[in-house]
Amino acid sequence: MQPSPNVRLRVPAQAKAGEVFEVRAMIMHPMETGYRFDSQGTTIPIHIIRSFACKFEGETIFEARFGTSVSANPYLSFFARLDRSGTLEFTWIDQDGDVYAHAAPVTVA
Amino acid sequence: MNRAAAALALAVAGLAAAAGAPRSGASYLAPDLKALQDDDFRNPGLLWVDQGRKLWSGAPGPGAKACAGCHDAVAMRGVAARYPAYDRATRRVVNLEQRINLCRTGRQHAPPLAYESRDLISLTAFVSRQSLGMPVQVTVDGPARASFERGRAAYHQRIGQLDLACADCHERSEGRRLHGETISQGQINGFPVYRQLWDGAASTHRMFAWCETAVRAQPRAPGSQDYVDLELYVRWRGQGLPVETPAVRK
Amino acid sequence: MSRGLDRRTVMAAGALAAAGLARAPAQAQSLQEMDMATALKLVLGDRKPEAGKVALDLPLVAGSGNSVALKVTVDSPMTQQDHVRRIHVFGEANPRPHILTAEFGPRAGRAEVSTNIRLARSQSVWAFAETSDGRLWVASRSIDVTIGACDSLMFKY
Repeated sequence: MQPSPNVRLRVPAQAKAGEVFEVRAMIMHPMETGYRFDSQGTTIPIHIIRSFACKFEGETIFEARFGTSVSANPYLSFFARLDRSGTLEFTWIDQDGDVYAHAAPVTVA
Repeated sequence: MNRAAAALALAVAGLAAAAGAPRSGASYLAPDLKALQDDDFRNPGLLWVDQGRKLWSGAPGPGAKACAGCHDAVAMRGVAARYPAYDRATRRVVNLEQRINLCRTGRQHAPPLAYESRDLISLTAFVSRQSLGMPVQVTVDGPARASFERGRAAYHQRIGQLDLACADCHERSEGRRLHGETISQGQINGFPVYRQLWDGAASTHRMFAWCETAVRAQPRAPGSQDYVDLELYVRWRGQGLPVETPAVRK
Repeated sequence: MSRGLDRRTVMAAGALAAAGLARAPAQAQSLQEMDMATALKLVLGDRKPEAGKVALDLPLVAGSGNSVALKVTVDSPMTQQDHVRRIHVFGEANPRPHILTAEFGPRAGRAEVSTNIRLARSQSVWAFAETSDGRLWVASRSIDVTIGACDSLMFKY
């Protein structure tokens, strides 16, 4: 299991119940396409993150499945709304099945 | 001031006026790319700044001291703005990357980080970020003079199959268009830069090597004194521009 | 922002899906590895996408094909009764046309996703949205790409 690459998360610390808020997530990852080659002509192997999920109490809020057509250091913005306080769980899963997990608490008034 | 010196000062001032005030590369950006650079979350270069912050706080090896052990990060404000700078111990002008490695080997008893490695770029980006908004202020006289003059000569030296000098594009042709791009002044106040073309952050030396390859010249080695001299001169061309690390470019 | 399509484009989307009928979809392949017609057949099935609801936000000209800002928004109240299940984005001229599939759960606040995508060259980008009533919606945008993501494949300076 690989250690997680650097991740940036922007989640409001507080939100009102039912209020829609933006969640932004970015991970440092080359999203290597498998099409590039070095000066010797050797192909640089494909290395991508296949999916991202944001869950609350185990239930998916937002999930994205993607591949080489998404830019390096993939950035995602989506919207959530919560009815109670808890922790947003973020997972990125790469092509080898390595899971990079992170979390951010939200206090809901 | 004697008449010869006064005449020289006037001539230099005239040259500076003819060249125009320094303009950051950010001033040539399309609005969406400028917005990306200014976004304190979404700027991809910040991933390297984050990595630098991590490295800053952690010991580089067992028993070794962390950067944070000697330096307060906030007190680093202003440091990057002065680099490249003359280093008295090694008696040469060094850039920020080399300064970091001198600390690693000399004071942290850790191996130097490879040039253009993720971690060296990250530490450089982190330290530079502490000077965000501060004017670039490099010293080019005294012991730094020789390096500065070599850098100036290199900047005006035609090289490569295309027989072009840095000045041919970034001074004489600044503002004109090449391959659908507006030619900038080639300032380096935002390095390490996140370049979309490279899908990652990079140092000034990678940029210089790219330009040299573009004019079909054999690029020099990253970390070489040649490139440090050039970096000092190019940094001086942008004297007064605010540090913008990490800049975001195509 | 494109909020819908003219009839010609909607029919083109239908034709793309119909073309997939001629090929047996390779189920073992992931969506990413499929050509656009096969992927659309898998994603759309026999449904005909309708114009409307989907707003596809892309610049007119991409400075760098390596990173193009994309935003897809679907006009939906996102209630239990009326919401968007999925959004699919395709780049018809990319070597792997499937760009992304976004799925929305009950706590999703908006049917909206923003990301940065790679585009190989100037092309049309397509966004399909599946709503909870089983309907499909589509929008497309044409974008000029100056330097494509596949134009600098040799890793050098």
